[in-house]
Amino acid sequence: MEQQLIYLDNAATTKVNPKVLEAMLPYFSEKFGNPSAVYGFASANKQAITEAREHIAEVLGAKTEEIYFTAGGSESDNWALKAAAEAYGSKGKHIITTKIEHHAILHTCEYLESRGFEITYLDVDESGVVDMEQLKEAIRPDTILISVMFANNEIGTIEPIAEIGKLTKEEGILFHTDAVQAFGHVPIKVDEMGIDMLSASGHKLNGPKGIGFLYIRKGVKIRSFVHGGAQERKRRAGTENVPGIIGIGAAAKLCAETMEERSAREKKLRDHLIDRVMKEIPYTRLNGHRVSRLPNNANFSFQFVEGESLLIMLDMAGICASSGSACTSGSLDPSHVLLAIGLPHEIAHGSLRLTLGEDTTLEQIDYVVDKLKEIVEKLRSMSPLYEDFINKGSEVAQAD
Amino acid sequence: MYSEKVMDHFQNPRNVGEINGASGVGTVGNAKCGDIMRIYLDIDENQVIRDVKFKTFGCGAAVATSSMATEMVKGKSVKEALSVTNKAVMEALDGLPPVKVHCSLLAEEAIHAALWDYAEKNQLKIEGLEKPKSDISESEEEEDY
Repeated sequence: MEQQLIYLDNAATTKVNPKVLEAMLPYFSEKFGNPSAVYGFASANKQAITEAREHIAEVLGAKTEEIYFTAGGSESDNWALKAAAEAYGSKGKHIITTKIEHHAILHTCEYLESRGFEITYLDVDESGVVDMEQLKEAIRPDTILISVMFANNEIGTIEPIAEIGKLTKEEGILFHTDAVQAFGHVPIKVDEMGIDMLSASGHKLNGPKGIGFLYIRKGVKIRSFVHGGAQERKRRAGTENVPGIIGIGAAAKLCAETMEERSAREKKLRDHLIDRVMKEIPYTRLNGHRVSRLPNNANFSFQFVEGESLLIMLDMAGICASSGSACTSGSLDPSHVLLAIGLPHEIAHGSLRLTLGEDTTLEQIDYVVDKLKEIVEKLRSMSPLYEDFINKGSEVAQAD
Repeated sequence: MYSEKVMDHFQNPRNVGEINGASGVGTVGNAKCGDIMRIYLDIDENQVIRDVKFKTFGCGAAVATSSMATEMVKGKSVKEALSVTNKAVMEALDGLPPVKVHCSLLAEEAIHAALWDYAEKNQLKIEGLEKPKSDISESEEEEDY
């Protein structure tokens, strides 16, 4: 019997939408010219790039020339932080971010610390939301940048970006947001939300890998990240990844058109998933905010169970998922996000992230919950932690 | 990532369970690091391991090494069981990825902890058996990254 593949790891990456692929294909072997060339065959590609930029700018309510293409989310994050630190370093050496950022932000911050910058890592509450009071208190006269992610990649919690944006405008501090998980999935308007810089990636919205962009508000004086040719208004040199740019443009356009309907559908399926899991699998916790979360994200912790074992067994049932367990990260510590929301280590080790996509069906969700029930039960029957818990429970019962 | 043998022992773990009134029980590891292993031994009057069961909270490698280690000591004398090293368990599984080597150490340690418990209960001295560390993960932390 051929096993159906159920892909519930869309926060890791997504399938390229057939319409996006179709838009990209001509730019490999037909329209392959270098957009910087003078002849019409190639310079038409310049126009195609501009159109892709317009699609993205429209989604964000930004100006076309404020969109800079990069190789992806990590590059955008690196650029935003390092270049802002360099450009505004004479004004101050203090940067504020959170404990639950992606490593592209956290490791860049560590690098900046080694270069003499001081970083404040804000706490989050038990659902992963940044503490606005703590943020206000953290602001100093020498604070030059605040970087808070739009939505968390593990637990899906959406941060109060508009509120933070308003505060940074009042304080005159630059505001960057890593919107890699959010762009194309939830409405984002840079002006209304007071965002000065925004990172996004193509492959999280059914676009291709290896392409992303950084939105830089006009007037923000950050410098070139890659020196060379005059591409991207001299701020990011290198011959354009034309198929990638066409792809992310098409994906952004498609995502904006389908967002309302897609989100409603994903939310319905996700809530069905959450409801069934919480009802049918005991000793389970939902991680992340119940309401203010990405439409396609569910993250659970199953007590007494370890995440990697869970993933292997799900894989054997044809289900692709991910976990914040240490064993899946190559270190001994479980996910920094799960620890930041206050989970004890052993609970964080038993976490499971399921992220839905545009192809996910109700039948798939029901199959996954059925399998999950079996697998968690099997792993618990093998777990000494569960054994101790049950024995302790019966002792308590006897004492009563 | 894992060998076929590891996957086999993970999918069909041998000797899972508990032994009521076991001759020796050993629990090692640390939930903080995501691995806890418990081994139950049933040892007869001739110091032969009649039965062995395990329970493990941990990754695929932790389950597979527990399973393999129980197979390797079952039917053996206490003395023979002592010579089942983590290397032997790893070899029997056709190897483990480098970050998972600590799992095999945990299996060896769990067997030793159960033997130590047996020795204490029966006031025996087993040559070559040292009091197990309750948590071996700490010493592994640095090189395990």
